[in-house]
Amino acid sequence: MSTDAGYNFAYLDESTKRMIRRALLKAVAIPGHQVPFGSREMPLPYGWGTGGIQVTAAVLGPRDVLKVIDQGSDDTTNAVSIRAFFRRTAGIATTERTAEATIIQTRHRIPERKLTEGQILVYQVPIPEPLARLEPRIAETRRLHAMADYGLMHVKLYEDIAKHGHIATSYSYPVMVNERYLMSPSPIPAFDNPKMHMMPALQLFGAGREKRIYAVPPYTHVRSLDFEDHPFRPIRAPHACELCGSRDTYLDEVLVDDKGGRIFVCSDTDHCQERQAMKEAAE
Amino acid sequence: MYVATKGGEKAIGAAHAWLDEVRRGDPAQPELTTTQVEQQLGLAVDRVMAEGSCHDRGLAALAVKQSRGDLIEAAFLLRAYRTTLPRFGASLPLDTNAMAIQRRISATYKDLPGGQVLGPTFDYTHRLLDFRLAAEGGLPAGAPQGEPDPSPTPRVTELLAQDGLMQREAPEESEPGDLTRQPLSFPADRPLRLQALARGDEGFLLSLGYSTQRGYGGNHPFVGEIRMGEIAVEFVPEELGFAVDLGDITITECQMVNQFKGSRTEPPQFTRGYGLVFGHGERKAMSMALVDRALRSPELGEGSEAPAQQQEFVLSHCDNVEATGFVEHLKLPHYVDFQSELENVRTMRAAAMKERGE
Repeated sequence: MSTDAGYNFAYLDESTKRMIRRALLKAVAIPGHQVPFGSREMPLPYGWGTGGIQVTAAVLGPRDVLKVIDQGSDDTTNAVSIRAFFRRTAGIATTERTAEATIIQTRHRIPERKLTEGQILVYQVPIPEPLARLEPRIAETRRLHAMADYGLMHVKLYEDIAKHGHIATSYSYPVMVNERYLMSPSPIPAFDNPKMHMMPALQLFGAGREKRIYAVPPYTHVRSLDFEDHPFRPIRAPHACELCGSRDTYLDEVLVDDKGGRIFVCSDTDHCQERQAMKEAAE
Repeated sequence: MYVATKGGEKAIGAAHAWLDEVRRGDPAQPELTTTQVEQQLGLAVDRVMAEGSCHDRGLAALAVKQSRGDLIEAAFLLRAYRTTLPRFGASLPLDTNAMAIQRRISATYKDLPGGQVLGPTFDYTHRLLDFRLAAEGGLPAGAPQGEPDPSPTPRVTELLAQDGLMQREAPEESEPGDLTRQPLSFPADRPLRLQALARGDEGFLLSLGYSTQRGYGGNHPFVGEIRMGEIAVEFVPEELGFAVDLGDITITECQMVNQFKGSRTEPPQFTRGYGLVFGHGERKAMSMALVDRALRSPELGEGSEAPAQQQEFVLSHCDNVEATGFVEHLKLPHYVDFQSELENVRTMRAAAMKERGE
């Protein structure tokens, strides 16, 4: 099945995959808890998605259909490169259609289309520790997680409100998983956070450089931290997509000239194309 | 009408082709061979083997060539290769006493058993550009050959330890961990710390070591000994039950001698900072020894205020393949997050403007 002789199916050797799968099982059993794993040195650089790639390689089977997105788009260079990596090392089918994919590896977005049971969403994670900016010592944050001591984060959010009148975190917005572990949703926009809640698909998170794996099993409670009088508010540009007219999807701002001209288009390119096709069919 | 950018795959292909072209340079010039790199840029090869943590001169030379001389990129290439290799087991500990010495110096004694051997060192060269090399200087005159000294060359720190002046290291009972298989957790024991330092970035360790000398966690070091030379690597295959010689490698070892004022349980004595690297890498071995000793400060009751004394700080940031990956990943697209920051800043600006207007 592998198209690159000399390497195992999906690059990693089977004992490494087994090690990663064990970490994944533990992660699924303790939703939101970061499990250390023996992250390998990959032929792509740290920061390019080595954690996500290792997780994908560990769960990938020959009949899987893989979709890779970066910033919501299938055609960003890094998404292209990772998709090519798996085509080359695993010879599996790839797709740009969210609905057709069995595994979706993503950086910075959750697809707009509702994911379904049986699908797996693999996130690339740069900093798995949600408390990292408040407490850089891992030995200390482990203790805080063990005791579910998340006061630091609540104080940070409170200070945001005191200073700005609202919570000033717009991405990597921290979530409580299953009302037990504070978790970084990876640097997705806060707009995407609500999609994690009770998602029918399995969500797996891989941080290669930091050597951590964590997971949110299907239909798990995921709550964005907030206060009763300052409820969580997802942020998006208050415009309609120039291409499909959508008013409820996450938009990218595109500068079209140097005189302040700009348009807004869907960040999820597959979803946008689907909507455009539907619009055309209706006309 | 706006159309979303397409053609990432084509662009990547073209970029790689261009990269191949600039790597080769002017085709009128003869192509560099990996043997030339291995022979004539030997210290680059040594550094790549050390930071790539894989002893293979030929592959390291190939990595230097392929990376256009970018040594961190070369170490990365070698690491990505190393990680695919099967593991048969661990070699026997190297006995650096038995080294075939090319260089051995001690700064703590004028003369000592085994003598001082300068070896091929830059130390006393005058750093004047040698324009004969630019003009293809031909063959060097050749170094005079001395009689090999058959007497053994005991380690300086061992001589001190015999007098009870040097703290002995507790022998490791269990097999040391492998940080390339198991993630590092803190606090990390000394074998793991030394592993991380041995593959750590030379520049980072140099600056950290330097910072200890300038007062950030100082520990009054003396170079007890630096030795460089060839040493046999031995391995005991399970099915044979006796040691088999796998071949010789060149390594550099540095043992720093540091003061220790003593504690309630231990008398005043010298303590050791240890550095060991593949190839001829004196600057790295010395820096490693300084940082190793600084990392022992907490257990010796000397505090942990200085950066070099904080193991989470040092060990989490000394790996240049990790560091370069995370720093350089900032050039990947981040426009989704930037968009939400844009909206965020616009909201905050609007609020601030309104407040100012009132």
